[in-house]
Amino acid sequence: MSGNGATSVEIKNLDLSFGAVDVLKGLNLSVNEGEFLVLLGSSGCGKSTLLNCIAGLLDVTGGQVFIKGRNVTWAEPSERGIGMVFQSYALYPQMSVEGNMSFGLKNARVPKSEIKERVARAADILQIEPLLKRKPSALSGGQRQRVAIGRALVRDVDVFLFDEPLSNLDAKLRADLRVELKQLHDRLDNTMIYVTHDQVEAMTLADRIAIMKDGIIQQLASPGEIYSRPANLYVADFIGSPAMNLQQGRVENGHFLAGELSVPLASYSFEREVAGDVWFGIRPEHVLVGDDAAGADLELTVKAEVVEPLGSDTLVLTSVNGKRFWLRISGQSKVASGDSLRAGVNAADASLFDAGDEERL
Amino acid sequence: MAKIAAIPMILTALCVFVGGTLWTVVYSFTGSKLLPKAKWVGLDQYERLWNTNRWIVSIENLMIYGICSLIFSLVIGFVLAALLDQKIRFENTFRTIILYPFALSFIVTGLVWQWILNPDFGVQNIVRSLGWASFEFDPLYNQDIVIYGILIAGLWQGTGLIMVLMLAGLRGIDQEIWKASRVDGIPTWKTYIFIVIPMMRPVFITTLVLIASGIVRVFDLVVAQTSGGPGIASEVPAKYVYDTMFLRQNLAQGFAASTMMLLAVAIVIIPWAYLEFGSRKRD
Repeated sequence: MSGNGATSVEIKNLDLSFGAVDVLKGLNLSVNEGEFLVLLGSSGCGKSTLLNCIAGLLDVTGGQVFIKGRNVTWAEPSERGIGMVFQSYALYPQMSVEGNMSFGLKNARVPKSEIKERVARAADILQIEPLLKRKPSALSGGQRQRVAIGRALVRDVDVFLFDEPLSNLDAKLRADLRVELKQLHDRLDNTMIYVTHDQVEAMTLADRIAIMKDGIIQQLASPGEIYSRPANLYVADFIGSPAMNLQQGRVENGHFLAGELSVPLASYSFEREVAGDVWFGIRPEHVLVGDDAAGADLELTVKAEVVEPLGSDTLVLTSVNGKRFWLRISGQSKVASGDSLRAGVNAADASLFDAGDEERL
Repeated sequence: MAKIAAIPMILTALCVFVGGTLWTVVYSFTGSKLLPKAKWVGLDQYERLWNTNRWIVSIENLMIYGICSLIFSLVIGFVLAALLDQKIRFENTFRTIILYPFALSFIVTGLVWQWILNPDFGVQNIVRSLGWASFEFDPLYNQDIVIYGILIAGLWQGTGLIMVLMLAGLRGIDQEIWKASRVDGIPTWKTYIFIVIPMMRPVFITTLVLIASGIVRVFDLVVAQTSGGPGIASEVPAKYVYDTMFLRQNLAQGFAASTMMLLAVAIVIIPWAYLEFGSRKRD
């Protein structure tokens, strides 16, 4: 985690309702200075709503928002010290790139020389100097988004807010801009809050990820932590492609039992007492295949039903206990559908969740 | 196939519109009275036209009506649309009420406003019966302001449509533009003027064409409200054309007047089209 540990954005007990619908419920979140925080979730989870509340574009129903220690709950967006980048770029189409970047500053009566300086600096950082005189309609999607970032940049703010900024771009451009955003963050060291539904963006960009569902943060942790130690069943299922292999069963005498499976759990580090019914999850890449499977906590033979070669590695769909069971194996290995494979699972790599409240065990 | 299917339409358009227009222009140089007759008189009809006081009054009235109607329709229509766009309650109800006059014909609109503006049982009568005995409001009976009485009725009838078009235009503006301008700290009125209205250019052009065509052919409203009176104070060109052609059996004079109207429209449209489409190519 970068930054010096001071709090940049703090949200206390935030509530937001549209009529009878509660979108955010008693949400607490604290973002450190210089941190890159990603709000991740499927559509309708409240992540964009939360970002709009931080920006001041939505009036909150209850709770408080602090930016740099200042209570800005009822401040206008322009007075909060934020810059924002939108999914549709939201550039002013009748103005040149330069006009787009300087319009807000002109309006705030910033001296002309300073406007010029700031626009030049932002254009330099984003490498859009040749485009300054052009209209947004004469730019490509990636260039437009760069201009939109530039418009946030010239505001000289502490916090940048991104609302799915790469979702309108094609896959290749998205990957390129993702890298640029990361470099930009390293260079500026500003606090950035980034909303996305794309887990690859979240994993690659974030210092910390907040996974949201139904207006509640399910887990707030580093990408690695979220990946290897998901806090509940929803997070486990949401992160990772293909998703974590899950089996429902029960724990008895230190063994996980489901159908004919029996996994000794001696090597699993429990977070709380085990009681009755549980979910057992293992990521496809943690399933050992072939000779590696020998000596694992659980050894089984599975039949490849579908083989998806991705080049770098190969995904194999099998089934265990009638449930989908994905394996990720090396791209070099020759497997055809119908082949039998030896697979092994170690309890240490697995995640267990309570079947009732779906929390990690 | 598509071209063959379009042939009847193209022929109709060519014969009826272009042909009819050319025929009218050609016969405006004749001395036709009740029936068209190819007896050439040169520019006589035009000379007579521009020496007729009634035609001059008509042109003046059309100018006043046109300029006021253009400005007020656009301003009122846009302001109403902007007000309706503020996420208000009962938006549909308001929209229906404001658009409703558009469902009435000009004749009905004219009659309604003739009654409202009638000093004996309209607004003037009501205010007087409330006790203000010296109150005077009778635009339709005052030569100097009668055209404004017609303007009121015209605006009442037409603004609703302009508002609905503007509202559709406003709804077409990406909400993120508004968000971006709020984050930039740009006041709402400035956002409207410098960002939203320029983005609504196509809508403005559509409404402009609608308003302009309404102005040029204003006729039934005048007939229903004042029949051109008092005297000839509220005459308009379209009425002049109709009256000379069908009441006074002076076809060529009517053709000359309609040719002048066509010329006036062409003078406005051609430079505009040149600018509009000429500049597109340079972009």
